[in-house]
Order: sequence, then structure tokens, then C-alpha cells
Amino acid sequence: MFSDYSLAELGSIFVMQGFAGLILFSVFVLMALGLAIIFGQMGVINMAHGEFMILGAYVTYFTSQFFLNYLPSLFGGYFFVAMGLAFLASGALGMFIEWAMIRHLYKRPLDTLLATWGLSLILQQLYRSFFGPREVGVELPEWMMGSIALTDSVEVQINGLFVMGLTTVITIVVALLMYRSRWGKQVRAVVQNRIMAGAVGINTEKVDRYTFALGCGIAGVAGSAFTMIGSTGPTSGQLYIVDTFLVVVFGGAASLLGTIASAFTISQAQSTMEFFLSGSMAKVLTLLGVVGILMLRPQGLFTLKVRR
Amino acid sequence: MSDDNKFGPESQLRRKLLMGMAAIPAAALMPKVAFAQAPATSAINTTGLAVTDTEVTVGILHSVTGTMAISETGSVQAEKLAIEQINAAGGVLGRKIKFIQEDGASDWPTFAEKAKKLLVQDKVAAIMGCWTSASRKAVLPVIEQYNGMLYYPTFYEGLEQSKNVIYTGQEATQQILAGLDWVNKTKGGKSFYLIGSDYIWPRTSMKIARKHIEAHLGGSVAGEEYFPLGHTQFNSVINKIKLKKPDVIYCAVVGGSNVAFYKQLKAAGIDLSKQTLLTISVTEDEIDGIGGENITGAYACMKYFQSLDNPNNKEFVTEFKKMWGEKTVIGDVTQAAYLGPWLWKMTVEKAGSFDVDKIAEASTDIEFTKAPEGYVKIHKNHHLWSKARVGQVQPDGQFKVVYETADLIEPNPFPAGYQ
Repeated sequence: MFSDYSLAELGSIFVMQGFAGLILFSVFVLMALGLAIIFGQMGVINMAHGEFMILGAYVTYFTSQFFLNYLPSLFGGYFFVAMGLAFLASGALGMFIEWAMIRHLYKRPLDTLLATWGLSLILQQLYRSFFGPREVGVELPEWMMGSIALTDSVEVQINGLFVMGLTTVITIVVALLMYRSRWGKQVRAVVQNRIMAGAVGINTEKVDRYTFALGCGIAGVAGSAFTMIGSTGPTSGQLYIVDTFLVVVFGGAASLLGTIASAFTISQAQSTMEFFLSGSMAKVLTLLGVVGILMLRPQGLFTLKVRR
Repeated sequence: MSDDNKFGPESQLRRKLLMGMAAIPAAALMPKVAFAQAPATSAINTTGLAVTDTEVTVGILHSVTGTMAISETGSVQAEKLAIEQINAAGGVLGRKIKFIQEDGASDWPTFAEKAKKLLVQDKVAAIMGCWTSASRKAVLPVIEQYNGMLYYPTFYEGLEQSKNVIYTGQEATQQILAGLDWVNKTKGGKSFYLIGSDYIWPRTSMKIARKHIEAHLGGSVAGEEYFPLGHTQFNSVINKIKLKKPDVIYCAVVGGSNVAFYKQLKAAGIDLSKQTLLTISVTEDEIDGIGGENITGAYACMKYFQSLDNPNNKEFVTEFKKMWGEKTVIGDVTQAAYLGPWLWKMTVEKAGSFDVDKIAEASTDIEFTKAPEGYVKIHKNHHLWSKARVGQVQPDGQFKVVYETADLIEPNPFPAGYQ
């Protein structure tokens, strides 16, 4: 498999593939972060995660249209506004859904699976009815497309760098929120022992609602960022959902570090194999690998050690 | 290419007999009736289809919900437009077309179930429908069992032929060979990188393409790759393309993956005005989602583009936009779907009957001179004779036609030497 390439080519292969792997890694972390927070905190598997992402993508689309029509001079910076709005929109919807649906199902985790799956179908049809069944093209500012050439054969995509930067920022913010803030302490207390946390005066309902909203909001930002690399249509959310679950389950629920480690493992494995084998084979081998490891470690890569 | 003269003696005789029979009621039995007068229902509907003295019912069977709604919406719109136009022009054999629309919901068993409902319960005279090959394969046994008539609009992989189906889109060789010849001749394309989604249509198409490249163009295939449907990460394969530097990227990626592929291609600095890319899976519909600016310069091989400059098409585009809004775009399949009701109407009138057996027989050599793509004719294998055209994507998402075959290409769903 190496014989087709010269030594110089092999060098740039490794640089570019390493970079492609890093981009994939960032994408995975961004996708999975929201789901991991919700799953870890409340044990709710949010099957509608992809639809929250697509809500963010649609918000980005409408923001871009607004800027194109009314503020064309500021178009270059619209993306940051769009991400903020996407966070608010998806977060607000998440908060509403938690209040209307999820909180009634906390004692029946399997039912939340079904309920959120139903929610995902409802949301898809709503998008289809309101925004139309066709995909929309989100126009990006010129500076976000294209690449920086480091050498003749090594080029670095700007939107890849953007996603990496965004992922880093969001991960750090979430980590600070979880491990350095008072609210984060409450969240972790609820995760470890819900009843005791309630007994010491933590409003667990409120913690749940904000956590769910935060997870959905991050999904919205992710959806917004993915307009750079993917499609925006009523069912586009489904494209991400399998990979997202894979990352969360493989990483071990309830662990931020686990999510990151698993995203890294899966992305590097997949992008390397994609290069030397074919796209479909890479997927098959990745899935087989994950299944194998989960058989040996059903709890995932990392778990919280808590006395129950 | 005058294969249509080589009819078997049997079918030619049958055809002539049928045509003669069709002419009998008009010429002999009703000599004094004004021509606008509709023939009696009992004479033109002997199998109990939903035909009354004033109305005939057809079915429309596409997905308006689920993943495929993105693609099938245009087909539904085109079929409704055609039906409305036919009704405005007096209907079929003096009867207005009424349609019953069913939703396949992007689910293949549902397609089969709804097809059965349309045929058994509603007794529709014909069905305009299906889009993916999977849905057609699901519907086919039902259509054949209950002896219905299906007008199928999508370009597809070939290897199929049925008495009960008229394929108004291109089969694989009609779309692939001319495009490859063109890119080989004008762009000097010798090495090709084949990329497709991982299911039957891209794989069959690439198989034909590879055979043609290696056996007839003296070229080589630098790589051949398939990605799962819905795949969104193409950076690795783009890196590979950069290293292998093929003359032509030959592409059959479908659905949401399309958007991801072209956006990432552009982000990776591959300039489609310098790197030749020929696709068989991107129409105006897809470009809506990809964004014209992300795919400017790419070539697509289709039989129809919205920008085709002929009077038929100008009228069609105007009417379509009048009905469905100024912003709608019309892709290859949408136009093929528009042909369905018209071809059916003309076949019924030629056969002088709504009976499916007679329509299946009479379909051969039906000509539609008002087709937006120009002129089409039904081959005796129930596919269409049609031209192939190559268009280049412009920043506004429309195509500039850069090449069209001089003659109609004969449909050949079972190409010898390509399997």
C-alpha cells in the first residue's frame, strides 16, 4: 500500500492525513458534546439530537439571508452572530422540550428513547412543512472557504481550522462550567446522587432543565458550524446521529474526557483507514473495532468511579 | 443506429393489427360523430379501470415525506403541471385526468403497499411514480402482478425491462458513455478517479464507466471509491485525489453527501475550473443545496438542463415557475417526470383504449415533439431515445450547455460487454 507513493509524497500524506484526522476529531467532539452532557447528566438518550443541530443550521441559513439582504457590508462576520442565535434557538427549544416532555419520563429511560425518536420525526416534518423539503444552500463569507498552502502538496483548510478552533473554545468553556463553576458542582452532585443532591437543597429540576438546554444549545452551534462542511435539509440531522452515538457510547457515558478520547480514537482510525482502504471498508472496520472493544469494556473507555 | 427497423416480424404485425383495430371505431363505426365527441367508456376500458364518461383516474406515487422528499418533490410538481396542461387541452380521449396522490414516505415497502392500493382499490389507469431504484424494485412485482402501468422518471442503472414500465429517464449507458467520450476528446481526460455513493446505481454506473475508459478510451482508472449513503467527511479521499492527480474526477455521490463533498473539495483548494470534474448525479436541484459558488466549473452529463435554449423548454420553464414559484429550479429528473403523463396520454390516444395491455403494445415509437428536452421517442424496450448533454455549472446554479450529442442515443438497458 505504500509502494504507490514516493518518500516525499508519503511525508505529505502523513501531514495532510493527520490534519484531516484532526478535523474529523473536532467535528466528532462538537457533535457528541451536547449529547454526552445530556446523557451523562440525566441518562436521557436524546434521539432528536440531530434535529437540534439542524435547527442551528437553519438559523444560520436565515441569518445569512438576513445579512445578505439588509447588512451586506457586515456579511463577513455574520457567522458569529449566527452561531450565537443558533445556540439560543436550540437551547430554548431544548428547554421547552424538557419542560413539556422529558421531565415526565425521567423514571422511564427506555420511554425517553422512544419519545425523543418521535420528537425527531415531528421536528423533521415541521422543518419540511415550514422550510420546504429541498435542501438549502448556506452562503459562507469568502474568507471561510479555501485553504492555506504550507508547501506544494500540504494545504490546510480554513474551515477545518475554524471548526478546530471552535471545538477547542466550546470544550474549554464546558469544562470550566462543569468543573470550576458553582453550577457545574451542582450538576456533578446530581449526577452522582440525585436524591442526596436534592436533600442538600439543590433544585434538581432546574439543574436538569438547564443541562438539557445547554446540551441542545451546543448541538445548535455544532449544526451551525456544519453548514460549512455538510448539507442543510429537514433530514440532514440523521447524517450525524450514528457517529454521535458511537462516540458517546464508546467514550463511556458521563465522562467529558471519555468523549474526547473516543472521538480522537475513532476519527484517527477512520481517516487513516479511509486513505489506505476505501470509504465503506473504513466504516466497517471502525464499527467492528468499536464493537470489539465494547465487548471487552461494556462501560466504555472512561467511567466515573462512584460508590452506588 | 437504425436498430428500430429491426423489429421482430411478430411484434410488427401485432403492432399494425393493433393500430388497425384502434382505427376501426374512429373510421368505421362513428363516421358522422364530431371528432371532439368522446368514445364510449365500455369500448375503451374493458378491464374495469377507473374510467368514467368524463374522468380517468391516475396515481401519483412519490415520497413527500422522509429523506427522499428533497428529490421527489420536483417530480410531483412536474407531473401535476403536465396533468393540468393535458386537462386544459381537453384531457385524454375526452376525459379529464383526476389524480390520486399517495406518499411513499421514502420507505420501499410503503411504496409497494401504496402501489397495490392504487391498482386494486382505486383502479388507476396508470401510475406516475417512484424515484430511487429501490422503490422501483419494490413496486415492480406489484405492477406486474396486477397489470398496471408505471411511468418511472429517474435516470437509473439499467438491467431492467418490463412490459408494465415506461422508463422516461436515461438508462446508464445513455448517460455515461457520451459524457466520457466528450471529456476524453475535449479535455484530454486519460486518468479517471471514480467516486460514488455505495449502492446499486453508482456501482453499476462505475462498472460501465470503468469498462468504457479501459477498453474504448485507452485511459486508466486512478482510483475507485464508494462511501456509505449520508457520509459527510471526504477529506481523506480529497487528499488521495490531490496526490494521484487524475485528469478527471468522475462522480456519482448522491443526497446529502453531495453537499459535503463539494464544500470540502472547494475548501481543500481544488479549483474546479482547473481540475476537470464530471458528475452524473448533480442537477439543478442538488445545486440548490450545494450552493452554486461551491461547484462552479464542474461538468454534469444529463439529458436535460433548465437552461436549454429551445422554444419547448422556454414555455415549460415559464409554466413551471408560474405554477410552483419563481425560485423553483428544474432538474433532469423533474423534466423526465413531466414527460410521463404526456407520453401516457399520447399512447392512450394511439391505442384508442385505456387497457394496459394495449398501452404496453402501443407505446413503441410514441413520439413527443413538445418535450422540453427536445424530441423523444419510446423504444420498443420501453426506454426513451434521448440525447446526452454536458453542462458546466455557473455561479448562479444554472448550467451552460457545452456539448450535446448530434443524434438521439438508443437506449440499451442490457449493454453487452459492459457487465
